[in-house]
Amino acid sequence: MSAWSVTEPSARSKGIAAVLVILYTVITLLPLVWIIATGFKTGPDSISYPPKVIFQPSLEGYVNLFTDRTRATPEQLAAMPPPENFVDEIVQRRGEVITQPSKFGARFLNSVIIGFGSTFLSIFLGTLAAYAFSRFRVPLKDDLLFFILSTRMMPPIAVAIPIFLMFRQLGLSDTHLGMILLYTGVNISLAVWLLKGFIDEIPREYEEAALIDGYTRLQAFRKVVLPQAATGIASTAIFCLIFAWNEYAFAFLLTSGTAQTAPPFIPTIFGVGGKDWPAVAAGATLFLLPVMIFTILLRKHLLRGITFGAVRK
Amino acid sequence: MAEIVIRNLRKEFGDFVAVKESSFTVGDGEFFMLLGPSGCGKTTTLRMIAGLELPTSGQILIDGEDVSQKPASQRDIAFVFQMFALYPHLNVRRNISYPLVSQGLPRADVRAKVAEVARILGIESILDKPVGGLSGGDRQRVALGRAIVRSPKAFMMDEPLGALDAEFREHMSEELRALHDRMGATTVYVTHDQLEAMQMGDKIVVMNHGVVEQFGTPQEIYDHPATMFVADFIGSPPMNFLRFEGGFRPGDRSVSLGGTAIATPELREEAAGRKLALGVRPEHIAMLDDGPYRGRIEAVEYLGTTQIVTLSTPHGTLKARTPSDRAARVGETVGLGFAASTLVLFDAGSGRAFRTAANAGVFHG
Repeated sequence: MSAWSVTEPSARSKGIAAVLVILYTVITLLPLVWIIATGFKTGPDSISYPPKVIFQPSLEGYVNLFTDRTRATPEQLAAMPPPENFVDEIVQRRGEVITQPSKFGARFLNSVIIGFGSTFLSIFLGTLAAYAFSRFRVPLKDDLLFFILSTRMMPPIAVAIPIFLMFRQLGLSDTHLGMILLYTGVNISLAVWLLKGFIDEIPREYEEAALIDGYTRLQAFRKVVLPQAATGIASTAIFCLIFAWNEYAFAFLLTSGTAQTAPPFIPTIFGVGGKDWPAVAAGATLFLLPVMIFTILLRKHLLRGITFGAVRK
Repeated sequence: MAEIVIRNLRKEFGDFVAVKESSFTVGDGEFFMLLGPSGCGKTTTLRMIAGLELPTSGQILIDGEDVSQKPASQRDIAFVFQMFALYPHLNVRRNISYPLVSQGLPRADVRAKVAEVARILGIESILDKPVGGLSGGDRQRVALGRAIVRSPKAFMMDEPLGALDAEFREHMSEELRALHDRMGATTVYVTHDQLEAMQMGDKIVVMNHGVVEQFGTPQEIYDHPATMFVADFIGSPPMNFLRFEGGFRPGDRSVSLGGTAIATPELREEAAGRKLALGVRPEHIAMLDDGPYRGRIEAVEYLGTTQIVTLSTPHGTLKARTPSDRAARVGETVGLGFAASTLVLFDAGSGRAFRTAANAGVFHG
């Protein structure tokens, strides 16, 4: 072994790199950790000064998140049966009674339906379009591709008012379908361009081999192209989902009830008797989970997706 | 197995004509070479036979049936790609069985056929490996396995040895030829390597700029090139051309090069005052101590039993392949003898060979 190598970094530079990475990780994760921690604090703990790092964990935030409550008089409280479970116990201890489940569950489900629905639709249409652009002689191909990309050349919110009016005319306001179409419309250009890049990388010969082997073009696409485009599809899906999941402005503008997603709903949690920070933090924590799980599940693909083209297999 | 007939095949890509009115016949069980420099249309022709491109006009008949507008999947043809195109997400066994699965063959039959093919190719030990880690030779064998497993009517091979290193090509080309001899399958093989074509082929089509220059057995093409392109493309070093102006009449048995009569096969055509080229293969030039036609030795390359001697003559530079025991010194002037029966006369303008008693029976159209 040589003392010095071109390819192997020295112990010192490895050490410096490690310190930088750890520092960056701490800085990045701190707000996340703080939000997650706040979700498990009581109301007073969450706003105490100086902030409490060590605290008695409580599920108060989560209980508040999923319930609507009202203050009870001491007589009412005395008349009530002893609490049957931890939820009742937490509520009664603060002198409140549950009136009904909150809307958070429904809003969260809306986010799931709209987020994953639009992601699926973007990927489905995007893959077909990208394949066509990649493999066939499409008339005006370059112009069409530019046109598709041009839909991303301004911030989507710039067209908020026309879209608001269009949605009202078409009866799409506050519907799942409307939001799925809207997010698909925004994401599809990204999907087409990203996926075209991935499909361009797949040699045609694989499909041609399948055609020769007796498969139709559609079968060749499904059995040969799709498995090899899996990496690209996975990473594109993550990008699409992250956008649709986090989108706030259009959701705030176009949804108010049945199709309202979690982002515009969470700020409305500030409820009875002051700002309920633990409930907001609990909502934010739960809201983080699906994208986090989705990304972790597909992370192997994502990493390969980011470096695609740069690394020859 | 099948006979493949190509009639007036033409392919245009926009304004570019890749293949111009080509016609030839691949006999049943023949090992047929499509030879030419890159961009000559040989791969496009192969892809049209396989059904990966549809011809602009013309006919392709496989076993008498016109398949020119049919999709590849209905032609019952196997294709071996230069980069092998093994499905990277499947292992060796599944790669080989893929064409059978599309036919809906029962699983037991598929297993039996794959096992048989693996035995023929000697790849039984790697059947369950992923294709990613295979060596070039094994990939080649798997690609061949996928081609032969369903006993198609014909095999198309697009420079299948191009991706292998030189040492291994030799071995694989022998293996390929042996496999063909055992199976007797009609094979159309594209290559730009004239040695490979001569070595392996029963018949060769030489293409250039989308045109079939010549079609025949390796020996016909080597001995009796139909055009100057073929003469120059085949052979290493290629055929020499002595360029001169002159003429001849049917029945003549010699031409006059700067006043020196050079014996040729009996001529069957007529030419007068034309730019001509006399073609002579390097091995058909003898260095003599005397002789009316003389050349000066410019360079000598020693190759063991033979040597390549570069000579300058009044009509151009020649390369002669002579036995090494005849000493050749640079600067020396020697007499040159040409083996009369092997000479070919070309029209230097069009590049076409004139008919003589030697090549009269060879030309197809």
